[in-house]
Amino acid sequence: MWAYIFRRLVYNVPVYLGIILFVMAALRVNDPIWTYLGKHATQEQYDQFAKASGLDKPFLRQYFDFLSDVVRLDFTVESWDQPGIQVGKMIRAAIVPSLALTIPALGITSFLAICVGLISAYFRGRWMDQLLVFIAVLGMSVSFLVYIILGQYFGAFWLKQHLGMDLFAISGYPSGGLTMATWAYYCLLPILISVIVALGYDTRYYRAVMVEESNRDYITTARAKGASGPKILFVHMLKNAMIPIITRIMITLPFLITGSILLEMYFNIPGMGRRLILAINAKDFPVIQAFTAIFAALFIVTNILTDVLYAIFDPRVRLQ
Amino acid sequence: MQKPQEGLILEVRNLTTSFKTDDGIVTAIDDVSFDVYAGETLGIVGESGCGKTVTSKSIMRLLPAHLSFLGAKSQILFGGLDLARISESKMRKIRGNRIAMIFQEPMTALNPVFTVGWQLDEALKYHTDLGRKARRKRSMEMLRLVEIPNAEQRVNEYPHQLSGGMRQRVMIAIALCCEPDILIADEPTTALDVTIQAQILRLMEGLKEKLSTAILLITHDLGVVAQVCDRVMVMYAGRVIESASVREIFHDPRHPYTKALLGSIPKSGGRSEDRRLPTIEGVVPNLRNLPAGCRFEKRCSLSDKEVCQREEPPLVTIDGRRSVRCHYPIQPHQPEEA
Ligand SMILES: Nc1ncnc2c1ncn2[C@@H]1O[C@H](COP(=O)(O)OP(=O)(O)OP(=O)(O)O)[C@@H](O)[C@H]1O
Ligand SMILES: [Mg+2]
Repeated sequence: MWAYIFRRLVYNVPVYLGIILFVMAALRVNDPIWTYLGKHATQEQYDQFAKASGLDKPFLRQYFDFLSDVVRLDFTVESWDQPGIQVGKMIRAAIVPSLALTIPALGITSFLAICVGLISAYFRGRWMDQLLVFIAVLGMSVSFLVYIILGQYFGAFWLKQHLGMDLFAISGYPSGGLTMATWAYYCLLPILISVIVALGYDTRYYRAVMVEESNRDYITTARAKGASGPKILFVHMLKNAMIPIITRIMITLPFLITGSILLEMYFNIPGMGRRLILAINAKDFPVIQAFTAIFAALFIVTNILTDVLYAIFDPRVRLQ
Repeated sequence: MQKPQEGLILEVRNLTTSFKTDDGIVTAIDDVSFDVYAGETLGIVGESGCGKTVTSKSIMRLLPAHLSFLGAKSQILFGGLDLARISESKMRKIRGNRIAMIFQEPMTALNPVFTVGWQLDEALKYHTDLGRKARRKRSMEMLRLVEIPNAEQRVNEYPHQLSGGMRQRVMIAIALCCEPDILIADEPTTALDVTIQAQILRLMEGLKEKLSTAILLITHDLGVVAQVCDRVMVMYAGRVIESASVREIFHDPRHPYTKALLGSIPKSGGRSEDRRLPTIEGVVPNLRNLPAGCRFEKRCSLSDKEVCQREEPPLVTIDGRRSVRCHYPIQPHQPEEA
């Protein structure tokens, strides 16, 4: 298996080099310096900026400089918007707040959605199933923004104002280190909101997966052997459903690190999503370029990881 | 072929199973009664859709509980219990333990993501107090009993690594590992090719002797019936229309449908494909729209239109142990090859 992973990584090196080349070229189609300085800047200002940022160097030179940053996983260039701060530092600081939101959110959502999907499929067609599907569709029909606004109003403001319960912050992020208490205070509300938003979609997906599994012959065999309902659900069906479950979870994996843009903006959480939006607004070229490179790498790695997980969970899948 | 029948172990009485469907209630089997004696092989034959699978799944209570229901008079008497009425948790202790079942498609009946050993072990875990080691030993014993070569290696393999015949052997091993009183086999050889079919049948016969398990064999193949069954029940459109010993069915059928089924079969030695249920002119009546009279009337060459159309014949017992559902049963004759 390690040989397989190594081989896949090696095969993907040229792919990745190509992606970086393409991204770097694409980002230079509209001159990033003019974009940043605005059309009223003088040629002199332009030249000065180009020299300072290294964009005056030949393209290939820039390409290899950037690749060396990527390989060392450290982006030493400075941000244009916040001079003096290295892009690498900026990104590292933004990863933790993003993960503090996205990992619990994905974990809770997937766990709940798989359980509800299993139960719904088990009671397929009966009132329990219909109720769960109804709630899922209802949950999906409301906009993300409505949840955020209602959550901030009732979960933070209203609870504190009217019941004196200061459970959640309206927005913000602890300036010191992240402890269990500060995490709960600042992150739990956005996590809950993102769970509610995603739950409907995920439940419907997992229900469809489980319904398909529950029609298979091996389920009848298991029942004929005397297996109980929970054994059939959580042992027989769940293990067979691992492939679609892995697919669903792995697809979202890169987004764990890129963070949730909406939540981070509305809750003022200094994560990757917010960082990226701020950088785009400020036309902060080095930050945007570094983000693209990271995102591309994450996609390649999760793809390989997905195939490895398939092979671990399904004996019919052979890695080659 | 007739075995001394020690004792009655399963009594099915007035079994009626209906389904709730989008366009109303469909009664798939109607007032089915039969007995199974210890150690015998009872064959159930009939055209596709006549209710063979529904009968066996009703006994095992494997039909979807919210979409199907049994008639009020239905009784499934087994081991002093009425399986139609006991709780689901009591029923679980019987499934796979005292009554086991194997299916038509060995390719899909096993769980693809667990090893053969795990799936054997599962049944033993549910129904015995054996420890891990003892269960493993028993699993190996069963794999050898069903004549799987390299059992030590096969036990750790997944279903996709086995051929269809091997998988059906594994299914049989799982079904028999708790030494059930009855093995229900729903077309166990239909999906296999001819040589494998013969091997599996021989294996089942051998194991039946060894473990004294009664077999309820559902099949399309009259050749199989002749080869392994002691008694036969013929079903038609959800009804039992004739039931008798295998010799009587083949040499002295009383129901025109049974006779028609036998009509085009070569006497003996025919290849297996030729022994499948021959096609009879006409179609089975729709269960949603059954005639008032005999369900076979439209296809029957001997029907007297008047009575047969007006009322359905009752199932009458003749000569003590055999029964037939016909207004004008074929008259007995002296079997030439008795
Ligand atoms: N879940 C169900 N819902 C509605 N009707 C059903 C259901 N299962 C079976 N039936 C009906 O019951 C009748 C008997 O079906 P069954 O599967 O027992 O036939 P069979 O004799 O086993 O046929 P085959 O030889 O094709 O296996 C069929 O007409 C079928 O349409
Ligand atoms: Mg069937």
